[in-house]
Amino acid sequence: MSETAVKTEKKDLTIVCFSGDFDKILAAFVMATGAAATNRKVTIFFTFWGLNVLKKDFGRKALGKGILAKVFNFLLGGRNKLPLSRLNFGGASPSLMTSMMKKHNVATLPELIEAAHALGIRLLACEMALHILELERDDLIEEVEGVVGVATFLNDSENAHIIFV
Amino acid sequence: MNFLDITKETCPMTFVKVKLQLAKMDKGQDLEVILNEGEPLQNVPASCEEQGYKVLSIEAVGDGKHRVIIKK
Repeated sequence: MSETAVKTEKKDLTIVCFSGDFDKILAAFVMATGAAATNRKVTIFFTFWGLNVLKKDFGRKALGKGILAKVFNFLLGGRNKLPLSRLNFGGASPSLMTSMMKKHNVATLPELIEAAHALGIRLLACEMALHILELERDDLIEEVEGVVGVATFLNDSENAHIIFV
Repeated sequence: MNFLDITKETCPMTFVKVKLQLAKMDKGQDLEVILNEGEPLQNVPASCEEQGYKVLSIEAVGDGKHRVIIKK
């Protein structure tokens, strides 16, 4: 879209996805895709539980080397296993919520993630959290642009709104 | 002409679909969008103008729907 003249100077948007909760991640991707579609530069920085969204395996897999990391990663799972922050009902709620969203023509999480890629939203993974959970770059989806630290995240967000979910 | 009906879409996919469709088109091509009154009508044409596209016309087509023609 480089040939288009941007009339209004828009602030960039950076969203920190710390929580790996289904509903919060959904809110993050709604804000991110909405901002990108209205011509804002958007970066999402995933850390701690938020990293689950970026795992290549959408279900449960015992990733990592140590026993604790394997247990954590298995229990956490990937994007299909994100819990609802309230009324999770043992993991049944996200699929119930998804069916309600479909019924009302609201974009589902996979659709929003796909839109985020299409809109060129930058996905960054937190280096420190990856180390703690013993995840490798190869354990994450290829759309992840980089594994970075807090300094890079702050530098890139110097002139951006920062939202933490 | 390129055509997009976003009357069944909700925020943010209304903007997203228009943006992605415009990105696929060549400069000078027109896009016809059918959208609902309220939020989409208020903000989709305005956001296209902001991105440097030209909104050629907006007309009501009944049922609260509007036809917007955008030139890339």
